[in-house]
Amino acid sequence: MSIAVVDSGGANIASVLHALHRLGAEPVFTRDTETIRNAERVILPGVGAAGCAMQTLRDNDLARTIRELQQPVLGVCLGMQLLFESTEEGDVELLGLIPANVSRLQPQAGLRVPHMGWNSVASKQNDSLSTAIDGLWYYFVHSYAAPVGPWTVASSTHGSEFSAVVRKDNFLGAQFHPERSAAAGEQLLRHFLEEGVA
Amino acid sequence: MNEVARRIIPCLDVRDGQVVKGVQFRNHRVMGDIIELAERYRDQGADELVFYDITASPQGRSVDTSWVERVSQAIDIPFCVAGGIRSVEAAGHVLNHGADKISINTPALEDPELINALVRAFGSQCVVIGVDSIADDNGYSVRSHTGTPDQMKTPGRKTMDWLREVVDRGAGEVVLNCMSADGTRKGFDTTQLRMARDVLPVPLVASGGAGDVSHFADVFEQADADAALAATVFHSGQIPVPQLKTYLLERNIRVRPC
Repeated sequence: MSIAVVDSGGANIASVLHALHRLGAEPVFTRDTETIRNAERVILPGVGAAGCAMQTLRDNDLARTIRELQQPVLGVCLGMQLLFESTEEGDVELLGLIPANVSRLQPQAGLRVPHMGWNSVASKQNDSLSTAIDGLWYYFVHSYAAPVGPWTVASSTHGSEFSAVVRKDNFLGAQFHPERSAAAGEQLLRHFLEEGVA
Repeated sequence: MNEVARRIIPCLDVRDGQVVKGVQFRNHRVMGDIIELAERYRDQGADELVFYDITASPQGRSVDTSWVERVSQAIDIPFCVAGGIRSVEAAGHVLNHGADKISINTPALEDPELINALVRAFGSQCVVIGVDSIADDNGYSVRSHTGTPDQMKTPGRKTMDWLREVVDRGAGEVVLNCMSADGTRKGFDTTQLRMARDVLPVPLVASGGAGDVSHFADVFEQADADAALAATVFHSGQIPVPQLKTYLLERNIRVRPC
């Protein structure tokens, strides 16, 4: 299976590639629009700032390319947030595939930001993916979060409830890092490779 | 309200790609292969690992990144690399080879602007500040160059002031090693850690003094630490991670089940 991991800049992409290798996959790390269009699976990773990532995507004609993809696409962490309309992080316009805005986790007494560590997720839908991950634990690191809505497959809570896994058409997104979430994360990646976003 | 689990973090000292254990910073004994030990802790349910390159900093060289990549290939839990990282470039090497976070201690004290530069380059979530702190006549103050006891320095900074400064500069997490408790196995310095908690809006990792499962419960309940780091009690087998987590769950402390 051909898998394209989109190079949107930023460090620490190696762990996503390593996780795919552990599953026996041979991902290609690329900015080439043709390679991305032709891949059977596309993964949009993301560490770093939303503004930098969007700039890289636009400069390389990747924003439009990604929006038009028909095959299963998985956004990870910032890559999931990029699927939304906009983010408070630098007031950046995102890919606009999911009609909601990403906002900063609100500091409250006793609530640490970034949300860093393992948290459990709760199923929000009745399909096989949503029920398969209900109650599982994943590793999160983020200071911004997407609201819960019809797109939410599973939610988690840090101060308030937010989207942990989202889906819209052929696009799937995970706020946590499946590549660093032990067996639960491996299961999600395998599901994406074998079943797509369903 | 804070639903994230408290983290249990074994710390592994690394020299030349081997995990070593020293007594009073000397006579380092090889404990085993870095990958084998990392996988063992992953299988036991450790939430995160810290690899501390003990040879890097005193010799003025940066971390050899070949083992970082091997660790990243092998394990699927997050890990942090500490020791010898003194530039944005060196941090970039370690992160690009698959480390999730980098931790700096003495270089941050020598050049606090390095914290800002690292945060700009990689984001707060990657940047951990290690702080070695001890009680003296002026309350708590920090020490630098603690990797080599006879080169240890007193930079003249109050611990709580330094913690506020590193957060202002963008640090995403702090590991506070309480030197008076370190190695005693008589429990974490919950008094000092509670003070640190009250000035830190970012996650706090408690370090130094773990000797019994109850000490972990104490540091979570009394100091509200987000994570607890230890080495000897894990490496010796005295406290297996699964047993520790079972105990914490019985005490109604939220941890990720093994």
